[in-house]
Amino acid sequence: MTRTLKWTLLAPYMLWIVVFVIIPIALIAWNSFFDLEGRLTLDNFVRFFSPTYLKMSFISIWYAFLITFISLLVAYPTAYVLSRTRHKQLLLLLIILPSWVNLLLKTYAFMGIFGMYGLVNAFLSLFGIPAQEILFTDFSFIFVSVYIFIPFMILPIYNAMEEMPRGLIEAALDLGASQWTVIRRVIWPLTLDGVKTGIQAVFIPSLSLFMITRLIAGNRVITLGTAIEQHFLVTQDWGMGATIAIVLVLMMVVTMRFAQATPRA
Amino acid sequence: MERTGSRWLSRLYLIIVFIFLYVPIVYMIVYSFNAGGQMHHFSGFTLDWYRELFSDTRLLMIVLNTLIIALFSAAVATAVGTMGAIGLYFLTQRRVREGLLTLNNILIVNPDVVIGASFLILFTVLGIQLGFISVLIAHIAFSIPIVVLMVLPKLYEMPRTLIDAASDLGAPPRQVLTRVIIPFITPGIMAGFFMALTYSLDDFAVTFFVTGSGFSTLSVEIYSRARHGISLSINALSTILFGVTMLLVFGYYWLSQRGARRLALWVKR
Repeated sequence: MTRTLKWTLLAPYMLWIVVFVIIPIALIAWNSFFDLEGRLTLDNFVRFFSPTYLKMSFISIWYAFLITFISLLVAYPTAYVLSRTRHKQLLLLLIILPSWVNLLLKTYAFMGIFGMYGLVNAFLSLFGIPAQEILFTDFSFIFVSVYIFIPFMILPIYNAMEEMPRGLIEAALDLGASQWTVIRRVIWPLTLDGVKTGIQAVFIPSLSLFMITRLIAGNRVITLGTAIEQHFLVTQDWGMGATIAIVLVLMMVVTMRFAQATPRA
Repeated sequence: MERTGSRWLSRLYLIIVFIFLYVPIVYMIVYSFNAGGQMHHFSGFTLDWYRELFSDTRLLMIVLNTLIIALFSAAVATAVGTMGAIGLYFLTQRRVREGLLTLNNILIVNPDVVIGASFLILFTVLGIQLGFISVLIAHIAFSIPIVVLMVLPKLYEMPRTLIDAASDLGAPPRQVLTRVIIPFITPGIMAGFFMALTYSLDDFAVTFFVTGSGFSTLSVEIYSRARHGISLSINALSTILFGVTMLLVFGYYWLSQRGARRLALWVKR
């Protein structure tokens, strides 16, 4: 491969990297130093450390934590069972399939299910529980988020389960370990990398989603993503929006550091 | 190894998970045929909502726009991404290559709200009017890294001897590229194209930021309609979209299976 050909191939790609990766991030950082009147200031960061924004960030992180934790709780056994079934490929495809359905449509479906006369209330009324508003609660927000993210948690854990040498489990059982010990001491440590990847795939998006909060939680839940959208598109305070975006990016970096796969010896 | 009891339990668990995953989708599809006009109390079968959908010219235009954006952005992203991947593959400086790949991945892991907001600033600074063009550029931009990630592994699967053989037999670099490398990585390129297509069709957040007021894609339109409450023509639309998605998924699987088979034959030969 000649130098010219190589660099001709790389040129549009490098141009793309500069214009759409480096410059946008620089622009976000740059904008965070300006207030509404276009003055150069650190006000946005000072404002971020005010109780309102700190509380919002804390709540957003708390919700993201809950969503990630519940997803993991549901996904881990699913991945485990899945890796032990006969029709693996087909079942795996069935798990992936919902993740190809447009996010908005899945969220929209829950507007019907959780509605006053929806599926859930109809089900509850069988037990004589009166209909109640489930939409626009924290519960519905967390439930829908878990629903949307669950395939992204199952897949990496499933992959880790598949990579695990089957002989290890049998060896542990033969040597007298109980089922529970096998899970705790063999399977869990060996699938930890998959768990970390899953956490990364769920935690960051659940900090930044804004359409679920708007459609399902009816502005009751404000996440970092909702706040960014609000500042950029509603109040037009780009400086503050950019500041929150920077915080979100920093959180992403921290999460990725934490979730980085530990190199095995 | 496992007792029957625990096997039943695990089977039951899997069934519950599948119910959890599919109930919302089925629910939405079933009610798209509800004569009652609400997403509850199924009072009779009707195709009215589909009729309403197909007489809604504004929405049909949006569908068309969405498809044009998806196909066009996927095609451009595939071209740029494939060229970039091949360039990266031949890059001898390891540091530079890894640096470029890190930058590449930033756009994949970055939350889409942040991408959307930063593109909005970028377009404003560049003076690009928000609308069809800005959405198209944004879709091209966020699809390129995924194409690179789909093509690169195929390149590393390619035996280096193949290129050496072609060069030794006197093929000029350009011919090595078009006759050896590109045919070999075609399954990766196809996969990249399909991924870019689905990324584009699925995107909401980035589009929402850079779409302005006159132009809309399906996701954005569904969002703004859903904010006004439930309308069963959205259900009808979802049902059709779900069908199309299924076709795409199975088309992709079929293509990749066929690609794998052809590759196997080709290698054997």
